[in-house]
Amino acid sequence: MHFVFTEEQAMIAETVRGFFAEHATSERTRKAMAGDGIDRALWASFCTELGLSGIGIAEELGGAGLGMIEFAIVAEAAGSQVAALPLLSHAMAARAIAVGGSAGQQAEWLPGMLGGEVIAACAGTDAVVQEGGTLSGTFRFVPHGASADLFVLGDPTGAWLVRADTSGVTVTAHTTMDQTRPYATVTLASAAAEALPGGSAGLVAARETGWICVAAEGLGVAQAALDRTVAYSRERTQFGRPIGSFQAYKHRLADMVVEIEQTRSAVYWAACAVDEGADEAAVALHAAKSFAADTAFMCAGNMIQLHGGIGFTWEHDAHLFFKRARALQSMLGSGEWHREQVATMILGEAA
Amino acid sequence: MKLGFSAEEELFRQECAEWLQGQMAGEFRDIKGISTLTAKAERRKEWEQQLAAHKWSCIGWPSEWGGRDATLAQQVIFAEEYARAGVPGRVNHIGIELAGPTILAFGTEEQKQRFLPGIAAGQTIFCQGFSEPGAGSDLASVRTKGRLENGEWVVNGQKIWTSLAHISDWIFVVTRTEEGSKGPKGLTFLMMELDQPGIEVRGIKQINGDAEFNETFFTDARCAADSMIGGVGEGWKIAMGLLAFERGVSTLGQQMAFRNELDEIIAAAKETGAARNPLIRQRIAKAEIGLRLMRYGALRMLSNTDHSKIDGAALTYKIQWATWRRSLGELAMDVLGQAGELAEGADYEWPVLSNLFLYSRADTIYGGTNQIQRNLIAERGLGLPREPRGDA
Repeated sequence: MHFVFTEEQAMIAETVRGFFAEHATSERTRKAMAGDGIDRALWASFCTELGLSGIGIAEELGGAGLGMIEFAIVAEAAGSQVAALPLLSHAMAARAIAVGGSAGQQAEWLPGMLGGEVIAACAGTDAVVQEGGTLSGTFRFVPHGASADLFVLGDPTGAWLVRADTSGVTVTAHTTMDQTRPYATVTLASAAAEALPGGSAGLVAARETGWICVAAEGLGVAQAALDRTVAYSRERTQFGRPIGSFQAYKHRLADMVVEIEQTRSAVYWAACAVDEGADEAAVALHAAKSFAADTAFMCAGNMIQLHGGIGFTWEHDAHLFFKRARALQSMLGSGEWHREQVATMILGEAA
Repeated sequence: MKLGFSAEEELFRQECAEWLQGQMAGEFRDIKGISTLTAKAERRKEWEQQLAAHKWSCIGWPSEWGGRDATLAQQVIFAEEYARAGVPGRVNHIGIELAGPTILAFGTEEQKQRFLPGIAAGQTIFCQGFSEPGAGSDLASVRTKGRLENGEWVVNGQKIWTSLAHISDWIFVVTRTEEGSKGPKGLTFLMMELDQPGIEVRGIKQINGDAEFNETFFTDARCAADSMIGGVGEGWKIAMGLLAFERGVSTLGQQMAFRNELDEIIAAAKETGAARNPLIRQRIAKAEIGLRLMRYGALRMLSNTDHSKIDGAALTYKIQWATWRRSLGELAMDVLGQAGELAEGADYEWPVLSNLFLYSRADTIYGGTNQIQRNLIAERGLGLPREPRGDA
């Protein structure tokens, strides 16, 4: 038992924090928001220079090895800058293929995905219709779906690979509240689809990865909202004092710290539990996803309130954090849903 | 980063569990599951001695003083198994977790010889004399006076909230020894024997009807000149050093006691049908998650060896557990409904969950109120300007 970063993990954290702080600037992110929500140059250097797109993917598959702890470190750093990257979609899709794909599928898709040339998105729905190697169905809220070259799509029975340029695939982009991660609706009408042999296992891995990604991003969002607000509270004076000297203000910041520290425990507990295959991984994942998203929203909401009028403007970055935080709460299962899963584990089914 | 314990550590866990469960099924079965701090005090002193006889009383201490030089992981394991076995809280926890480590860190060789064997053996029970009627959150404003007279300290004043003073043998007291000094300056840390004509202990009846806390009056109370830890005027430094020990491994044992409380609520919810209410289910899930996060927060805090930076997990730990437990008490009452408001017999005495509801109102006050905790987090953690101080 040693529940702090190893030296290597601390180094990765320092590197990725530096990378996002330097490159995922407000200016670049806003430029991406006006487009499809992806800063292509940032994604390219993330994948190739840093080689971080392969974290959590085995080295024999061309990945960087390592595990969910290191992946969480990366997602936390990306979240702290609300970076406009297809990180969530990519990581879920890559894990699904790495865990559930055939050797041929892995060889065909992973190198391009890890190299940043192929953008993949992952989504699920309740039921699809399969008919002789084709798939029909509708997948809503596909993150960065309009930018994807490849879809990893699943229902409770399995998972399939579908090329975006195949006939029968219609992708509708949506103007989305969080412009750094716009949603699309993907409709398949007898589109050619290739099943993943280990589809169910692949989807489970994708879902776990997604929960960890969302939770770690939430931690990054929350911590950044706090840090930026603390900095502002020292500069801004009213009534002849820095506003950070008022107790009503300080106590609100302190409440943010209390939630953030618990979130940090939650995120790295979940990542560790998945890496170690611990029995409590399931409860840890539900805890991390629900708790972190709520903390991110609480902190981003406070960021706006504690900045006063400037926090409500488009010009200030507070709304980027706020909108990302809101999206984190809803995606991949609401907080209520995750808590109900925990309740079911300890109380049995509701009725 | 690693959560799992080694095979060797799991063996140690088994050893702890077997011994503790054996005791609770055997000679000490009459104290199993007691949740108040005061019930069966005499038996629990015997339990302290039983722990000592088997070298379980202070495993984290150095072996030359009766400990086992236990590693952090072993201490974590022992604390968890202790509570899991339903063993009641330690009546000498102040001696083992606060007084002992303080003497080890700041005491002279002679003081170690004089105090540590008795504490380790469960023969010397300690209590803490910090708060005063006029010095609660503002601890540095203590007024209890100490003066040296014919080679002895003579102490006059009053302490309050001295928990377990009525069953303790010794008390450590922060006294103002420099006439006219203010705040943290001019204070001295003294160890005093309670059984003497100059000290009177009166219980304070609490909202749950129990009297765990006391007022302690000092009227020309005495102790030897060499009963002070640190030097004259170093009392604040020693007191702060002592408080740093408060966030040690014992927090994990405390969490297992919380685990038992939450398990009782879960059992009650299944019995009353509250377990089918979706709002109660959400709250139970939140409580479960909060408790797990408390464990991992404590493990982060204990694993951290880099003390050059403020540790956020440590700084937020008090307000986190206190607020969590107060909510747990409210959840207990919502699960029990009106049945939670009925005592079992004619006396004003409460079963575990009703007592939890009442007692947990103290959690967010003692050891630094939630409001003071928020000031500390903002000032020490975030480096924001300090609250302005009055002249008094």
